[in-house]
Amino acid sequence: MWVYVKQLEVPIEITRPNPALAKVIMTQFGGPDGEFTAAWRYLTQSFAMPTGRGKAILTDIGTEELAHMEMVGTLVQKLIQDASPRDLERAGLGGHYAQHGYNMFLEDANGVPWTSTYFQSFDDPVTCLHEDMAAEQKARTTYEDLLDLSDDGRVSRVLAFLRQREVTHFQRFGETLDYVQERYARRRTVF
Amino acid sequence: MDEMKAKGLSPDELTLRMQQLRFAALETNLYLDTHPDDRQALEDYNRVVRELMALHQEWVRRHGPLMNHGEDPSAYPWQWTRTPFPWPLWGGPDP
Ligand SMILES: [Fe+2]
Repeated sequence: MWVYVKQLEVPIEITRPNPALAKVIMTQFGGPDGEFTAAWRYLTQSFAMPTGRGKAILTDIGTEELAHMEMVGTLVQKLIQDASPRDLERAGLGGHYAQHGYNMFLEDANGVPWTSTYFQSFDDPVTCLHEDMAAEQKARTTYEDLLDLSDDGRVSRVLAFLRQREVTHFQRFGETLDYVQERYARRRTVF
Repeated sequence: MDEMKAKGLSPDELTLRMQQLRFAALETNLYLDTHPDDRQALEDYNRVVRELMALHQEWVRRHGPLMNHGEDPSAYPWQWTRTPFPWPLWGGPDP
């Protein structure tokens, strides 16, 4: 089970509204390479992961991704809370405002809704861990694109932290893959 | 020792120090998942956990429950709804 800690993983201090930046950051909430996708990819894959080490790393990184989803949601909320509905519309969030008001929704930067087809789940640990490593690289690249678009230093600091976490996760999944490949790789005779 | 240190921190220092310690614990936890035989990392982890537990107790003593579902006790009336959430409160704090 999970329990909740009423604290963010790192502090987020934002004073200036910036709905245009909120719109692009939205993809890390509910987009293909966002934190929601990451969390549920790992937590879903962990059920049939054959090793304690593999289950631990999937559960622990999956849990951290949930904390990142909370951070991204907080970022977006703080960037839109003092913007008027017309400000949101000018920033390209008119459709979002019409359908969701100021609340969050699982969608990407273009408003495309989330789908479980963003990730896969197999009982083959080698396949899953390769996907997980690729996923961390895709998230890292997305954060780098967002850093190019950010004109607010306080937002950039948070994005840079989240980018760095993807690098660490990639490393840990790689070590888990090495371990699993030695001990648990499926031996199938094809020919 | 950790309890004494905790009592001397300002509210902001206490919260920030807890975030730092929880991050150190999380990061060491992930490392230990793939390096379970690293004694030095394990010692670091246990040291961080001890300091975090002392600061957590001090935070709860000052402000009320920080975690739900049985992790922290509450004074009367139920305090969980009163301690602030980390994202904006659209309706303002509860009375
Ligand atoms: Fe990640």
